[in-house]
Amino acid sequence: MPIASPQSEETGRLVLHGIELFAEPSGALWWPAAATLVVADLHLEKGTSYARRGVLLPPYDTRTTLGRLVQAIGPRVRRIICLGDSFHDDDGPARLSPTDALLLQRLTACHDWIWVTGNHDPALPPALGGRVVTGELQLDGLVLRHEAEKDGSGEVSGHYHPKSHIDIRGRRLSGACFIHDERRIVLPAFGAYAGGLHIESEPIRALFPADFRIDLLLRGQLMRREFFATAF
Amino acid sequence: MPLDALPLPPSLAPWFARRGWTPHPHQLAMIAAAQAGRSVLLTAPTGGGKTLAGFLPSLIELAQVPSAGLHTLYISPLKALAVDIHRNLVSPVAELGLPIRLETRTGDTPPSRRARQRIAPPQMLMTTPESLALMLSHPDAVKTFAQLRAVIVDEVHALAGSKRGDLLALGLARLSRLAPGARHVGLSATIAWPEELAAWLGSGGKHVHHIAADHGPLPQVEMLEPGDELPWAGHMALYAMGELYRAIERHRSVIVFVNTRAQAELVFQELWRRNEANLPIALHHGSLAVEQRRKVEAAMAEGRLRAVVATSSLDLGIDWGEIDLVVQIGAPKGVSRLTQRIGRANHRLDEPSAALLVPANRFEVLECRAAIAAIAARELDGDKPRAGGLDVLAQHILGMACAAPFTADALYGEVTSAAPYHALQRKDFNDTLAFVEHGGYALREYEQWRRLFHDSQGRYHVVSPQVARRYRMNIGTIVEAVMLRVRVGGRVLGEVEENFALGLEPGDTFLFSGEVLRFEEIRGMEVRAKREKSTQAPKIPSYDGGKFPLSTHLASRVRGMLQTPESWRSLPLPVREWLDAQRERSIMPDRDGLLVESFPRGPHHYLVVYGFEGRPAHQTLGMLLTKRMERAGSKPLGFVATDYVLAIWSLEPARDIDSLLDQEMLGDDLEVWMAESSMLRRSFRNVAIIAGLIERNHPGHEKTRRQVTFNSDLIYDVLRRHQPDHILLRATVADAATGLTDIRRLGEMLARAKGRITFRELDRVSPLAIPILLEVGREAVYGQAIDALIGEAAERLVNEALAR
Repeated sequence: MPIASPQSEETGRLVLHGIELFAEPSGALWWPAAATLVVADLHLEKGTSYARRGVLLPPYDTRTTLGRLVQAIGPRVRRIICLGDSFHDDDGPARLSPTDALLLQRLTACHDWIWVTGNHDPALPPALGGRVVTGELQLDGLVLRHEAEKDGSGEVSGHYHPKSHIDIRGRRLSGACFIHDERRIVLPAFGAYAGGLHIESEPIRALFPADFRIDLLLRGQLMRREFFATAF
Repeated sequence: MPLDALPLPPSLAPWFARRGWTPHPHQLAMIAAAQAGRSVLLTAPTGGGKTLAGFLPSLIELAQVPSAGLHTLYISPLKALAVDIHRNLVSPVAELGLPIRLETRTGDTPPSRRARQRIAPPQMLMTTPESLALMLSHPDAVKTFAQLRAVIVDEVHALAGSKRGDLLALGLARLSRLAPGARHVGLSATIAWPEELAAWLGSGGKHVHHIAADHGPLPQVEMLEPGDELPWAGHMALYAMGELYRAIERHRSVIVFVNTRAQAELVFQELWRRNEANLPIALHHGSLAVEQRRKVEAAMAEGRLRAVVATSSLDLGIDWGEIDLVVQIGAPKGVSRLTQRIGRANHRLDEPSAALLVPANRFEVLECRAAIAAIAARELDGDKPRAGGLDVLAQHILGMACAAPFTADALYGEVTSAAPYHALQRKDFNDTLAFVEHGGYALREYEQWRRLFHDSQGRYHVVSPQVARRYRMNIGTIVEAVMLRVRVGGRVLGEVEENFALGLEPGDTFLFSGEVLRFEEIRGMEVRAKREKSTQAPKIPSYDGGKFPLSTHLASRVRGMLQTPESWRSLPLPVREWLDAQRERSIMPDRDGLLVESFPRGPHHYLVVYGFEGRPAHQTLGMLLTKRMERAGSKPLGFVATDYVLAIWSLEPARDIDSLLDQEMLGDDLEVWMAESSMLRRSFRNVAIIAGLIERNHPGHEKTRRQVTFNSDLIYDVLRRHQPDHILLRATVADAATGLTDIRRLGEMLARAKGRITFRELDRVSPLAIPILLEVGREAVYGQAIDALIGEAAERLVNEALAR
């Protein structure tokens, strides 16, 4: 029984408005020409957000998310763009443990770090480092924002936490995913405790009315699937 | 016995005399025990007047000395049973003019009545384990239960050993403190381990006496004799449907028990296809809408049905006198369970019950024969109650804090007086308490968020009323799979598992509620479907085979049969031929040892292990063996497990079988696999919900259960990575060890087989291996093989354009 590896040079490659981008198994988007890594929806301090209400989730989510981010960044990255919902709630930055706060400060200090904030995002304390761009960021022909806009084009965004699944021999494997077409890409949530919204749900469908592709994150691998509106 | 010799007070005796009641000896023994203030466990077959035996002493006491408060608490695993018992007692109590108020209290009881029941309780209250836990978590529990004289636990055998049983045992321990004088009374089916069950009932420090009723005549159990049409594999027994229909025609009223919902749907449909006489045949399983199930039960009680096809949803419950035949489709899996099912027929102690076993394949013929022999020998099986779960303990601790402040020492003492927690280590208790208090995480700064605080005297309090409110909304140990409602037009027919529904494509047909439905779409928490008119074969709900694994006892009997060819004479011809062929081409599995065969077939090599230890244990063995074979360079591709056998196929033959099957695989390999296993994730979700880490629903806004499923996986990954020894992960592993992975039984098998492995290298498939090879490709491969499968599926998917 031959087993094809889903990983190759071309894995996760996509072209948006002529720009080559790579969806990565970590859930980050790699933009080689700009040496830029884009992540969405870190939802830092989601654990403690629940803890305040008496739901004592394990508090290691921030540590896990930052650890994954460090791995995704590696030595190649010059610029990092976080596409909003970086903290789960307004008081999130204040609840960072000293260890996690220090790690985050180090990261922002040694990269060109951009916090893109949505309209409803809280102000981020300057002590965290990085610079804040409110609303949207235009960069080399792409537009980066938290939440996709109806007529967006060449658009990179997050917000929806897209997820999907595949069925293999009667077993269902679900995972977060990138979803993209000729006009836009929506990134999966990067945060360790960020749940997902299925790509079949109304808000995501509305953004991708015609053919689209997904890159599904499964146990450290990517799997691409194509969806054709005409086949329906 | 002359009536005046009965130990009945004058106010009761004439009423019983008018009804021509003659007491069973065990009912008299129960009265005597109560008068001596003793706690008792009554084991009796169905139809032995158990309920009356339980209540009679309380009726007598209350007739003699009226009570102002709650005198008798009745706890049943089924809400419907509590309601039914209430209904059956109300009229005699009224006719007798006894000063007794009877009420029920379940999840359906309106809040106003619940509040009143705590403050001014009735003399007799019928309730469930969950409702009891809720009552005990209120500060006024001290007053509610102050005058309690008797606690009656019905269907004890179905509760002890489960997580609901753990919760109830902890509740009994608390009741013993609130009402030291109350007797514990247990009503149970006949079971293999009455002493352990009595100890369980004695939770709280009671000494419990065992009263065993006469077991009555042996049931007449027969097996349907299959001919050449007997299938090699599968569980549906469709070949026997004609015979089954004729059996229903010959009887007054029949229960047809099956093991899974899928079987129920299919058997029901096949019976109706043959139902030329239009006999009233109904369907009953746990996924059907409650109203529909109640309707079927009512029709059965009124004798309006000729047959009902049912899953374990009818294992317990209200007695129906009119049933004259019980049919078991497919393997019985355990002797005790079969005995209890058969007991549903002919609820009179002096007449034998009649039962018909219908094997669905060749191995099941052996299992049916083994079960018939065990019943004739009056043997029973089943597992003893296991140690209590730490997740349940966490829930209970929070409940006790809601009731009143406690010290750790006092609560530890109380908890360990509950039988399932008798051997609970102080460290595990402390860790569980720390989890309830502040999550128990190894992160100092996190301790600012807490549910409990302790005062200067070391007493624990809940930090806020919100904590108590949240506890009450999340009470209980039953964690349901995520279910979606099935709607056809304006009607909701019942529920299906989310995973099943997500596997359907628009236009797929499936059997549900006895009808063929055409799937349209999933909307929110609903499956929208239409009735299908065409007669093509529907796609059937997936077979859920792991629910009741083959019992150790039956397995040992089956192995014994295989070892004694003289016993084969009574077997149907196709089975005899099959076994003879095996003896000729290979060898029979040994009773104590372990037979392993290998043979090439097509491009693959097969390794077949005849373990007879049940599907969960074989599944785990399959995972571990493939891992080891991978290291040894055998290139395993997949495996499939049944209750009897495990088969692994690989590109290269397996070598050095003895070391491959060494017990050491239960060490590091197991640990590595367990951590990644999807079974552990499933267990963790249940543990996290029961322990109160993840909520079922929030006050104010109810989260969809869909989200809970996803989040628990995320939490599991994070917790395992940062604090692998956290109390909830320990609880998860303990659960999986006896449940989904059955490591305990696997360990016993490997120990037994050490030095006794018979390895046969064959040049082709052996007769005994045919059934398992037919299972290959029919079901999922678990765990680590997923990665390989992702690759395999990728190849398919790359070329595949998927419509949405």
